[in-house]
Amino acid sequence: MAKDREDGKEMVRIHVMGKTYSVPAGLTIMDAMEYAGYRFTRGAGCRSGFCGACSTVYRREGDYRLQFALACQTTVEDGMYLVQLPFTPAPRAKYDITKINPNENVLLQYYPEIARCVSCNTCTKACPQDIQVMDYIQSALRGDIARTAELSFDCIQCGLCSMRCPADIKHYHMAQMARRIYGRYMSPVPEHLEKRLQEIEEGKFDAELDRLMHVSRKELEAAYAARVREKAPAGSERSE
Amino acid sequence: MEKLTYFPGCTLKDTARDFEISGMAVMEALGYELAELERWNCCGTVFSLTEDDLMHQVAPVRDLIRAQEAGSEEIVTLCSMCYATLKRASLFVNGNQERLDKLNAFMNKEVDYEGKVNVVHLLEVLRDRIGWDAIEDRVSRPLDGLTVAPFYGCTLLRPKEIAIDDPEAPTVLQDLAAAVGATPVDYPFAVECCGAYQVVDHRDIVIERTHRIMSAARRADADVVVTSCPLCHYNLSDTQKELVRTVPDYKEMPIIYFTQLMALAFGVDAGKIPTALRAKLKRLQPAKREG
Repeated sequence: MAKDREDGKEMVRIHVMGKTYSVPAGLTIMDAMEYAGYRFTRGAGCRSGFCGACSTVYRREGDYRLQFALACQTTVEDGMYLVQLPFTPAPRAKYDITKINPNENVLLQYYPEIARCVSCNTCTKACPQDIQVMDYIQSALRGDIARTAELSFDCIQCGLCSMRCPADIKHYHMAQMARRIYGRYMSPVPEHLEKRLQEIEEGKFDAELDRLMHVSRKELEAAYAARVREKAPAGSERSE
Repeated sequence: MEKLTYFPGCTLKDTARDFEISGMAVMEALGYELAELERWNCCGTVFSLTEDDLMHQVAPVRDLIRAQEAGSEEIVTLCSMCYATLKRASLFVNGNQERLDKLNAFMNKEVDYEGKVNVVHLLEVLRDRIGWDAIEDRVSRPLDGLTVAPFYGCTLLRPKEIAIDDPEAPTVLQDLAAAVGATPVDYPFAVECCGAYQVVDHRDIVIERTHRIMSAARRADADVVVTSCPLCHYNLSDTQKELVRTVPDYKEMPIIYFTQLMALAFGVDAGKIPTALRAKLKRLQPAKREG
């Protein structure tokens, strides 16, 4: 795997949908494809690893395994065979979260295909977020909504799990439903939030807000600069 | 307290919660902790009979890997279906290097399964490791006068390679009932099939079987039917509701898990007990029962 040099830069060879390109080393897959002349009209979003739009399937030379990644988060390697999956054709169950019965069979009721899981773990292998996808399908099967919500928390809905599943499970839609049920019916109610909402409804901040709506930009900026900041919790570091 | 590596299975977390609650309680009373296997998945539900289709062994073998990871060479189950599926899968792959290699190559993100985990049913632990005498010693409210019809179903006894007892004439549930002071009854359908998954497409088959099984238990003067299989429990109880509605003079027979029978005799948490059985026990143990 000889690497080329171009203008003093180290270059790598990548294959995009079967065609070979020489691109600078160190670029993300997305940047490298743009360098090669591709323009993303779909399959690109936040470019920061959060939106899940840029699902990528690739293979390394000499390895039979398919690899999965987000194009905006993964650096190109020499000899990568790349393909983008800008959309996952996965159906989503329709429900009214205020009207469902959050019992242990509710996920199976809306996503009966989860019962087809044979524990092959292909979904977990496909997840660019390193989520234990199969484990949360298994939790869902036994009605453990809280665990399903917890295990799937980092999901960015890229859909690679569902594209790979031999049982045609729609993991990420099902898990989103689990998190919604958890949020609405199971997570503890934060007391301070309830209290603050009540204060807002009672008009505690109305006068202050009215005043701020009518001050000059300069005064507003001064007030912003002089605002009281909440202290970061002990042990955590925050950069401004 | 000795730890047992415990595989619950989906049903014990869902419709058969009372099985787990009572199982945990009686084992604690006997000095054992049922330590739930971490990250367990579905056992596979039904053992695949296709010899060359290893894909359907992935689920049970993955559970065996979890036990291996936990440093255990044994999995204990309460659900008889999980027992049968896991046990048969273990016998299918343990010691068969070709199958192990194939499965390990497929599950390349797991540690290799070494083929050493054995699967046992809780009834075996009770009979072979703890013993009826120790169980009898732990009884605080003997179930004197209660007649018990054991219902084994299929998966504890068939096929015979995985049978925990004599497949044709088992005694383990009778022995257990006797150890807790109850009187086991003999009736012809103890090892009958309940109809299993026919309940989905041919409900009439299961209704007919329930009628036959329950009527025979009734004729043998049983007060309660005791089982270890959540599917048998579901089929017998669910279709019995229909019999109560449609068959003149049909009297509902309480159905419980063997761990619930033990919990009643030990005075520990038995989960939900059918009202008819509670009433019967109140009559039998008037002084010993509390509200």
